[in-house]
Amino acid sequence: MLKVENLVVHYGVIPALKGISLEVKEKEIVCLIGANGAGKTTTLNTISGLKKPTSGGIYFQDKLLNNLPAHEIVKLGISQVPEGRGVFPNLSVVENLHLGAYLRKDKSAIEQDLKWVYEIFPRLEERKNQLAGTLSGGEQQMLAIGRALMARPKLMLMDEPSMGLAPIVVEEIFRIIKFLNKEQGTTILLIEQNAQMALAVSHRGYVIETGEIVVSGTAQELKANDEIKKAYLGL
Amino acid sequence: MIQLKLSKNILKLIGAVVLLLLPLLVTNSYFIHIFISIGLYIILSLSLNLVTGFTGQLALGHAAFYGIGAYTSALLLLRFNVSYWLALVLSAVITGIFGFLLGLPALRLKGDYLGIVTLGFGEIVRLVFVNWYSLTRGPLGLPGIPAPKIGPYIFDSRIPFYYLIFGLAAFTVFFMHRLVNSGVGMAMITVKEDEIAAESIGIYPIKYKLLAFSLGAAFAGIAGSFYASYISFISPDTFLYMDSVTILAMVVLGGLGSIPGSIIGATVLVIVPELLRFMTNYRMLLYGALMVFMMIYRPQGFWGANKRVRNSYKIGIRGVSNEKDIRG
Repeated sequence: MLKVENLVVHYGVIPALKGISLEVKEKEIVCLIGANGAGKTTTLNTISGLKKPTSGGIYFQDKLLNNLPAHEIVKLGISQVPEGRGVFPNLSVVENLHLGAYLRKDKSAIEQDLKWVYEIFPRLEERKNQLAGTLSGGEQQMLAIGRALMARPKLMLMDEPSMGLAPIVVEEIFRIIKFLNKEQGTTILLIEQNAQMALAVSHRGYVIETGEIVVSGTAQELKANDEIKKAYLGL
Repeated sequence: MIQLKLSKNILKLIGAVVLLLLPLLVTNSYFIHIFISIGLYIILSLSLNLVTGFTGQLALGHAAFYGIGAYTSALLLLRFNVSYWLALVLSAVITGIFGFLLGLPALRLKGDYLGIVTLGFGEIVRLVFVNWYSLTRGPLGLPGIPAPKIGPYIFDSRIPFYYLIFGLAAFTVFFMHRLVNSGVGMAMITVKEDEIAAESIGIYPIKYKLLAFSLGAAFAGIAGSFYASYISFISPDTFLYMDSVTILAMVVLGGLGSIPGSIIGATVLVIVPELLRFMTNYRMLLYGALMVFMMIYRPQGFWGANKRVRNSYKIGIRGVSNEKDIRG
């Protein structure tokens, strides 16, 4: 579904990605794990069009994305859940959710999807008229995911959904990620520092270090890999 | 709920009737002039509020658009003898085009940088007014701008001008209200809130910034056109940087991103300097001090945007009615 080939990205003259390749197949959860500054968010932002690549190719359903602006990429069915949650703090929960369907015109289906999101996140329904900025961190993350779902994406890009959340909330979020994939068939590319959690829900994974993919494989293989155990799982 | 809505509408109706009958109640032409100024500044502050309050773009050159509107209208009336109503429309259109053109390069900048570019634009426009002598007569200004006419009736006193500005201001309020409560307005608010998040849901921020800038400029052009015919004389001195700042102060003092806020802000900042006239030389000192205190003790303005959800937004209200449906 998504194919990234030899992607090179620079910030000024400094290379952030030195030619990475990865693939996400339909109905998969693929995770990209790595430390701070390894290039995880850069990869995601380049896929979603927020950052322009120096060279290499990004293909979504065989269509080249390299030169498309971010809002055009959203139209193709790629939704990003931005880092640090990125909800609109001064808009209400229901407004945030409606905005997720900004590009859709099918009003009755949107209302149905809203109900569906509320079923997945009953918390959001309880707080639908509250301003998003007044939600707790976990609730904001739920809102960011719910908003991305409102676009009915074919592929969801998630940037560190566990960031800054309490362990119990992290577990809840990952339970939902797994549910979305299993029950709804949503394809997800997940970026995480929390390798343990990420590998627990993913089918396959890539490990990125200073702009290069160093290991890849199924989640089981990665969990069994000694170096990864030491460096990322703390075992 | 319905009763509340009804009584609110009745209040609005009473307000409108009082405003319509005002020239009959108040015969002092100085007061009428103050009311006209308030109407004029309501248009200006609402138009800037669209850019700064709703879309979140700091603009320090709003007086330039006001000036372009005034000069466009004045030149059309003096040189081409067109009807005032055509000049009014054309000045809105032309000023809107200028807003769009300035927006093209400038809106790729953010925050303070955009502020400086718009400030520079304001100065350039003023210098063009001063130096393009063959067109604008420079610092001498353009005197004898004709008054509007409806058929044989010429606007020869302040009262018809009062009704004209009342109509224009009401139209502006109505237009802005509809705009910011539409999907377009929502998209503008997301651009202010978080541009990256806006892009991640498929909103193209530049498009909405340009729209806000063009519409904001066009409404400032309407205000300029009115001013030119009302005062019948314009010169570059009317459209200074200080005027941009005053309009911005009205927007901020009233409350960023709030339509009632801009109306209150314009009203207060037109009336207060008049009330303080008895203090002669200390007037502006006190005026400044008032603004400082306001920003310390009520930084969100008289009617901040935090009232927005309760105020008007349809989705929020629809959310409430859904709740009722669920509970049966």
